[in-house]
Amino acid sequence: MQEGSVLELRGICKYFPGVRALQDVDFTLREGEIHALMGENGAGKSTLIKVLTGVYSKDGGEVRIRGIDGPAVIRSPQDAQNAGISTVYQEITLCGNLTVAENMYIGRTKGALTNWKKMNRDAGKILESLSIPASPTQQLGTCSIAVQQMVAIARAVDMECKVLILDEPTSSLDEQEVQKLFGLMRDLKKKGVGIIFVTHFLDQVYEVCDRITVLRDGQLVGEYVIEDLPRVQLVSKMLGKELDDMADIKGDSTAKVDMTETPVLEAKGLCSNAGIKPFDFSVRKGEVNGFTGLLGSGRSECVRAIFGADRVTGGAVKVEGKDVKIRKPLDAMKRGIGYLPEDRKGDGIVGDLSVRENIILALQVMKGFFRPFSRAKAEAFADEYIKLLEIKTASSDTPIKSLSGGNQQKVILARWLLTDPKYLILDEPTRGIDIGTKIEIQKLVLKLAAEGKSVTFISSEIDEMLRTCSRLIVMRDRKAVGELTGEDLTQTKIMATIAGGEAK
Amino acid sequence: MSPSVKTPEAKTKKPEDSFFKRLIRQQLFIPIAALLLLVVFNLIADPSFFTISLKENSLGNPVLSGNIISVLDNASELVILAIGMTLVTAASGGQDISVGATMAIAGSVILRMVCGGQITSDTMQMNLFLAVLIGAVVAMLFGAFNGALVAYFKIQPMVATLIMFTAGRSIAAWINNNQLPIINDIAFKYAGTFLPGIPVPTPIFITVLVIFIFWLAMKRTNLGLYTQSVGINANSSRLNGLDPKLIKLMTYVILGACVAVAGFIRVSRSGSINYSRIAENIEMDAILAVALGGNALSGGKFNIYGSILGAYVIQFLTTTLYKYNVPSTALPAYKAVVVIALVVLSSPVVREKMSGLKKRPAKTAKEVS
Repeated sequence: MQEGSVLELRGICKYFPGVRALQDVDFTLREGEIHALMGENGAGKSTLIKVLTGVYSKDGGEVRIRGIDGPAVIRSPQDAQNAGISTVYQEITLCGNLTVAENMYIGRTKGALTNWKKMNRDAGKILESLSIPASPTQQLGTCSIAVQQMVAIARAVDMECKVLILDEPTSSLDEQEVQKLFGLMRDLKKKGVGIIFVTHFLDQVYEVCDRITVLRDGQLVGEYVIEDLPRVQLVSKMLGKELDDMADIKGDSTAKVDMTETPVLEAKGLCSNAGIKPFDFSVRKGEVNGFTGLLGSGRSECVRAIFGADRVTGGAVKVEGKDVKIRKPLDAMKRGIGYLPEDRKGDGIVGDLSVRENIILALQVMKGFFRPFSRAKAEAFADEYIKLLEIKTASSDTPIKSLSGGNQQKVILARWLLTDPKYLILDEPTRGIDIGTKIEIQKLVLKLAAEGKSVTFISSEIDEMLRTCSRLIVMRDRKAVGELTGEDLTQTKIMATIAGGEAK
Repeated sequence: MSPSVKTPEAKTKKPEDSFFKRLIRQQLFIPIAALLLLVVFNLIADPSFFTISLKENSLGNPVLSGNIISVLDNASELVILAIGMTLVTAASGGQDISVGATMAIAGSVILRMVCGGQITSDTMQMNLFLAVLIGAVVAMLFGAFNGALVAYFKIQPMVATLIMFTAGRSIAAWINNNQLPIINDIAFKYAGTFLPGIPVPTPIFITVLVIFIFWLAMKRTNLGLYTQSVGINANSSRLNGLDPKLIKLMTYVILGACVAVAGFIRVSRSGSINYSRIAENIEMDAILAVALGGNALSGGKFNIYGSILGAYVIQFLTTTLYKYNVPSTALPAYKAVVVIALVVLSSPVVREKMSGLKKRPAKTAKEVS
């Protein structure tokens, strides 16, 4: 092993049926550094992490860890833990039905007996020191996703680890929580812990990382010191091509919206059992608008009420001028509304079903129980959209759960595009996916609008909203507090509205 | 420091999966292998197991007889139950343990109808078709009761169906005022024995018909897609316009219909009923059939033909054991040994190992050549 390194991977290979997930990848982590692992979806980042943590067995290469002579053998997550490698995964992998403290200590208690009092007290201390707003005895499932994520990090941090792997830890955190996490990461770095940081947020990479390793299509592109690699170059290395100027995305298409026309959908005083205050909303033909606000401000709940995903408790809805009742998702679908949910894993994909079945699902349900598509027809639909959206999958028969996050998202998009909706709601379609796909999705949104469809776009990244939306509804504390259009659509103005001008 | 760029090696082709490995991955591998094993065992031990002869039955009609016929005949109820059980498992991620008791109810209702409320009757007092239909409606109502508890009250399937498991046989006895009705009309027994002039047992035809109906339903409706989708991810299914609760309820009602058919066959075999013994423990065999077919008992994706094969494997095994004079009291113990072996073999862990074992020699062979 080299001087100063805590972890070395050499020539790692991993195959899946039909896919070369990793091909001869090298990776070196030094003591006390934060090392970003970058690459597009399907580049092999998650696979590399899973090989390193014993979730997958590798098909070639060797792993060396400081303090262990010769190649380290990691056959299970337990082995990895014992070797000093702690991991926080992109998706929450804790148990929602256990308490916060139980989740933090699960699999780590010694002996058969558990000292519950001590465990809860210890957990309380750690939570407090990291200022995580959760009680040790609270059921984890009742916490917000952000808090769950932080508990997972607290669990990893508490284990004496040499290597901490953070796989997309920030994708469900808001800015403040991200800063808290970064503070934590810098502390750990000072203590000599090597941190592998996987993220899609370029800003965050340049904020905390020392070094970057870039993967593409399962192969190593290179390892760089952060000062030597400007952003544009990083992106082009990830994509393997020069990037279109991102600012160019926004066309003139949004200017064409005729505000005098009857709205495609108009809601008055809509509210649901998810606890949002009644709100008014409308969207016109060819318009892209969006809900913005902090995490938990009620932006998702608003669109869920429109789609009938939560139980609507009041308000009136008109679709193209006609009064309609939308009580359940099928009602909305029949009115030409599509909804891509925020929680891809929990609400979007049907994991064990094939890509093909996932694509046709919504249209099939609309068509009816007794009128299934023929196999040939379903395959034609699937192939069409796999090609159109460039979905990377071994075949249309592959279970969707074995695809990477971005490609899963494209499948869900394909599902709704296939229903040919008049109005498409996209709730966080770009979360946890790579920059190339993000841009593709934004372009697609604008293209749909140009074709005369209406879109509501929600994203935690204000940049994305500014690029795509012509009108933004700002949410605060489960209430619509403002609407911004035209020249008001600037980062500062949005921030001010979110923060609340009258608060001062 | 200059960036160290590593040039990727030339793309190597990914290793092709061996035939054996692909075979192991097939869901139907285990039930088919088990069936073959039983066949081979019987071929070696005593090939006469497979003889089928034409014999006269008690009515003087020539009928086919032999162990294979008896396997196919006696498996009928189990196969029909296994089909319904597969759907319930897929959609609700749990099993209905009350099918045996509900079979008793369905059988009791049918007997009461054809006997016209009397204890013995020499002729059917009601059109048989109508009687079976009423039995089916009753069984489906009980299925709906179970389904409603599972889908709308979110009670775990095993707990919800424990109610009918406990109460069902008493209800069955109560339907006939605790009497044991006997029907002596030969026409009633056609369904459980033989149709006049046809040498093949009628239950085989009924089973084939039920399998055909399900084959048609899987082809012509979205039964498969909807139940799997709901079983895998109820939230997603709801956001795609499905009603997960209704679909779960529906699978229990379908199982109710299967139970009625199975119950009818069972009472039709003898023309009478023994409330506490009829179809005893059949729920466990039905669940086992689903598991043997390679279906996850936690729900989701399923293969209905796996369950059907599984049911035949169980009956084949039972018949084989009987053939070798294993006393009926010792039967469950022998069965358990075989079942443990099969279930362990079909577990993902062992399968992974098996395909792994075969992989290494294949690799070295390639290197040598």
